Amino acid sequence: MVTGVGGELGGRAARRLAADEAVERVIGVDLRPPRHPLGRGEFVRADVRSPLVARLLRQAEVDTVLHMGVIATPAAAGGRVVQKDINVLGTMQLLAACQKAPSVRRLVVKSTAGIYGASPRDPAVFTEDMAARSAPRSDFARDSIEVEGYVRGLARRRPDIGITLLRMASVVGPTIRTVLTEYFALPVLPVPLGRDGRLQLLHEDDAVAACVRAVRAEPVGPCNVAGDGVLMTSQAVALTRRPWVPVPPLLDRPVQWLSRSAGVAALPRDHQALLAYGRVVDTTRMRTELGFAPAHSTRATFESYLAALRDRDRGPEAVTAP
Amino acid sequence: MTQPGQPPTDLERAVTALVQALRAGGAAAGLAGAELEDAVAGTLAFLRRRLTADFTVDEFGFDPDFTEHVYLPLLRPLFHQWFRTEVTGIEHVPAEGGALVVANHAGAVAVDSLMTQVAVRETHPQRRYLRMLAADLVFATPGVGPVARRTGSTLATHTDAERLLSSGELVGVWPEGFKGVGKPFRDRYRLQRFGRGGFVAAALRTGVPIVPCAVVGAEEAYPVLGNASALARVLGLPYLPLTPTFPWLGPLGLVPLPAKWLIQFCEPIDTTGYGPAAAEDPEVVFELTDRVRETIQHTLYALLDRRGRVFG
Repeated sequence: MVTGVGGELGGRAARRLAADEAVERVIGVDLRPPRHPLGRGEFVRADVRSPLVARLLRQAEVDTVLHMGVIATPAAAGGRVVQKDINVLGTMQLLAACQKAPSVRRLVVKSTAGIYGASPRDPAVFTEDMAARSAPRSDFARDSIEVEGYVRGLARRRPDIGITLLRMASVVGPTIRTVLTEYFALPVLPVPLGRDGRLQLLHEDDAVAACVRAVRAEPVGPCNVAGDGVLMTSQAVALTRRPWVPVPPLLDRPVQWLSRSAGVAALPRDHQALLAYGRVVDTTRMRTELGFAPAHSTRATFESYLAALRDRDRGPEAVTAP
Repeated sequence: MTQPGQPPTDLERAVTALVQALRAGGAAAGLAGAELEDAVAGTLAFLRRRLTADFTVDEFGFDPDFTEHVYLPLLRPLFHQWFRTEVTGIEHVPAEGGALVVANHAGAVAVDSLMTQVAVRETHPQRRYLRMLAADLVFATPGVGPVARRTGSTLATHTDAERLLSSGELVGVWPEGFKGVGKPFRDRYRLQRFGRGGFVAAALRTGVPIVPCAVVGAEEAYPVLGNASALARVLGLPYLPLTPTFPWLGPLGLVPLPAKWLIQFCEPIDTTGYGPAAAEDPEVVFELTDRVRETIQHTLYALLDRRGRVFG
């Protein structure tokens, strides 16, 4: 069973699994229909918070659950209240259903490296056994910390379920729309004055591949997933070739307000911290235990996104040009 | 490129002006002929790399391109001409593999750590980079934080230290921390407390040698006469030093006095004999911490004797 198939990553992961002969049956669950057909996979329009999911798990004798129904941006969910409801309560209900379903043997949950936070007091590189030194301020990261708490609870109560928690770096790519991709598409980039964060990115294809790999591989517990290499915020900004303005911390709020009232996406506070201080995770476990190597480096990921962005920008002109 | 005869674009004019300015600057610095042309070409290539983000940083944010082309050229005149720094015992710094350089800290702003970094880069046969461990305040300060990361510093925590050491880097640590840089002039060259010996534990766990290092000169470059502790607290700083020139002369007060500097690297202390488990043994850690501290203190006295006149 794959949850969150209405999302870009969830839908693609479900399609990849459905294409695999070794997988007997794939059930995709979400409130939103998938954007692309799931192939052999079946789509069930259901809310993970509803008892229907528990019934499905039992009837279909599901052995593996891939939980991708954790939503990163409030806009994709339809507001922050709904987002938190789906992320936290949805996970809680889904895991309760898993606990009661004896057929479930394997659980893979998509989490985020955002749970480590981003601050000047952090070590340069986070390994899986570390926790945030200062609690992350972002809603999504806080949701993910709660989600991980529930997953640990399930691991205690059902030690026979093998669990993999994928802590993904910021997912970027040609098609996916996230807060970060919206930010780098702004006509003028507001950058934090006197700061420069180390960014680590994960290509959308690699994010999907990592989920598929985690379903097949032995469970490894929490596992950081990120592309190779580091890109500084200043480098990323230079690569966009867009004009930028340094914003002193005091002017953060006015700039936010201005950009929001101008109808462009405002950067949430946690992403400001990310751009200012950055965050790098250690990916040794991903390579040695999960046995996964991303095909795209951080830099290649960003460049693939920029190429798609330039095409998008050029789109309307290409139509009007003779 | 534009065809001959076409008027030059604004960008081309700007580039031409930049090249002329660089030539003039280089000529003023005493360069001529091919050397001048090389310097101009090098600077332009550097600017192009920065504008197109054509450089890579490691996971700690270390940017060798920036360090080599901006940071070190700025520090070298201070090292050679202003402080006339003499380096001894550089052969005690291993040619390769992880090692931990432990040095004394003094002089209001941490110029001594920067000079030690230049000393290793300039005089070591393998021209190694010294990766410095710095306080979190450094990374929280706008402007300073990014430069610190770019030039190879990272946060002074055991995870970062051990990560650098086990990947074979040369790491520098100043265990006195703010106690050392903020201490008054009358306590010059008297080592302060060395904390809990976290640096020794890191060296033991990774099995790298400890190289004690004594630096003479920083105390007189920025003699700390007083400490505006009340104002420091208001500003959220660990101390606010008052020197003969700061803050009385404004920004000019930041110019260090031209004291004579001596840097000596001492014989390395091997830690492999103790095994990584010894990191958990407070007795071993304290004993080694004391040994390093004593070595640096004695070397400081010897260097002071050798130096003679402060500004000589």
